[in-house]
Amino acid sequence: MSHNLDVYMPVLILAAFAAIMFVGALLVGKLLRPHNPTELKVSPYECGEVPIGTAWSNFNIRFYVVALIFIIFDVEGAFMFPVAAVFKRFVEMGEGGPVLALLLLFISVLLEGISY
Amino acid sequence: MNDTIVSYLAQAPGYSLAVSKISEILGFDATGLVTFLVFGIAVFIVVNVMALVGGLGTYAERKISADIQMRQGPNRVGPYGLLQFLADGVKMITKEDVTPRDADKTLFFVAPLLALVGVFMSLAVIPFSSGFTLTSLNIGVFYLLGVSSLVGVAIFVGGYASNSKWSMLGGMRGASQIISYEVPVTLSILAVVLMAGGLSFGTITEAQGGLPHQWFILHNPFSFIAFFVLFVGALAEANRAPFDLPEAESELVSGYHTEFTGMRFAFFALAEYIEVFVLCGVCAALFLGGYNVPFGLGSGDFIIKNFPAVHPMIAKQIGNVLQLKVFVLKTLALYYVVIWIRWTLPRLRVDHLMTLCWKYMTPIAIFNLVGIAIWIYAFEGKSMLTLMASALSAMAGSGGGH
Repeated sequence: MSHNLDVYMPVLILAAFAAIMFVGALLVGKLLRPHNPTELKVSPYECGEVPIGTAWSNFNIRFYVVALIFIIFDVEGAFMFPVAAVFKRFVEMGEGGPVLALLLLFISVLLEGISY
Repeated sequence: MNDTIVSYLAQAPGYSLAVSKISEILGFDATGLVTFLVFGIAVFIVVNVMALVGGLGTYAERKISADIQMRQGPNRVGPYGLLQFLADGVKMITKEDVTPRDADKTLFFVAPLLALVGVFMSLAVIPFSSGFTLTSLNIGVFYLLGVSSLVGVAIFVGGYASNSKWSMLGGMRGASQIISYEVPVTLSILAVVLMAGGLSFGTITEAQGGLPHQWFILHNPFSFIAFFVLFVGALAEANRAPFDLPEAESELVSGYHTEFTGMRFAFFALAEYIEVFVLCGVCAALFLGGYNVPFGLGSGDFIIKNFPAVHPMIAKQIGNVLQLKVFVLKTLALYYVVIWIRWTLPRLRVDHLMTLCWKYMTPIAIFNLVGIAIWIYAFEGKSMLTLMASALSAMAGSGGGH
């Protein structure tokens, strides 16, 4: 295995660990816990009322707008991370001006968008 | 700075010897296997400590809330009620596991798992000390942002899968809240990246110093604001009060985990408490100097210089332990503030929450980002107090020498 991938090994181990912990706890719990579902127990909780319809219905369109704006800003963040990471080095080389100007241009376009 | 815990251990003279011994016994090159084992053991330690932190977090939360409300809090199980979380665990595991009739069975199973996986994976990059970091990925903060948003997915999936109206509302709120607050958080972290000139937690921490005036929070006026934007955003990301709308118990019963019982609920709760710890740790690492110990105690240089009798390797270990302590201390201080805020401030309304995020925090975060970029360009990355100090010494110099 190359060294490059080596540093990602703990990530995989952690994910596997979480899965094992979760499944393991549920399996162990299966031996210990009671299991006698009744019709009332498995119905969705609505403060004692008999539920009407399902919860999977239409929801407010504004959530969709939020999601759209979020995607725009997330992509903005993703684009700016590389610039931000090397910005200090550019400044030290004395070439920070153009990079800063580009950064400001990029942000101003987005600001225009959000204020709109 | 070390990339991973393995490369840190590999500095010790015994490590390569042990690897070659094991290779000899097994008859093949065991470097990869040993790396795997070391990582496995380190992960095991970290996860167990974190589970303990999560458990004690619930205890601390109840005890501190009791203090604030002039009650006693848990005091029956163990000394000072310290073992309360174990008793809760036993209770949870023996509870019946109810899956609602109309629920999406697969997603109902996956949701708590996703929350746990997301939180655990974010543990990989937490810089506990210069030696004991599971792995210092070169894309550290970016990775953390990506992985921690898995929790948002988990909350939405949990709310959706339950097919209960309370859960659905909680899930929708959770999803919109978490993705909204991701924006100011990302922008604040970007500001830190600008100051540090690198994405890995190691680089960012090393760019700061041990004493408060070397921390990024006091680097310049903009970063001071950026810290609070990040902290508030982190509170909202972890669904902590006053942003605990997804589980607002007075309006939504219990929000997205209304239908989850027993261990499934326990894992949601565990994930939440560990996430709070992780986010406090991130705030501490990014703005509060992370594991840096004042006066060079952390790297062991101080001990090596003043106590030559101590072996340099041992001095380094002492430094590492100090670093670990400093980091955990800062994190726990923030953790206390988080709990304190929860029991002091009332919950926000949904539309206020979104207004706060999009109309206030996001513009402020962008303003910070621009401000910091210009600051670094204008003052070549020097901090506010360095500039003040040099201005003062210049004045003193013109007045009669320094």
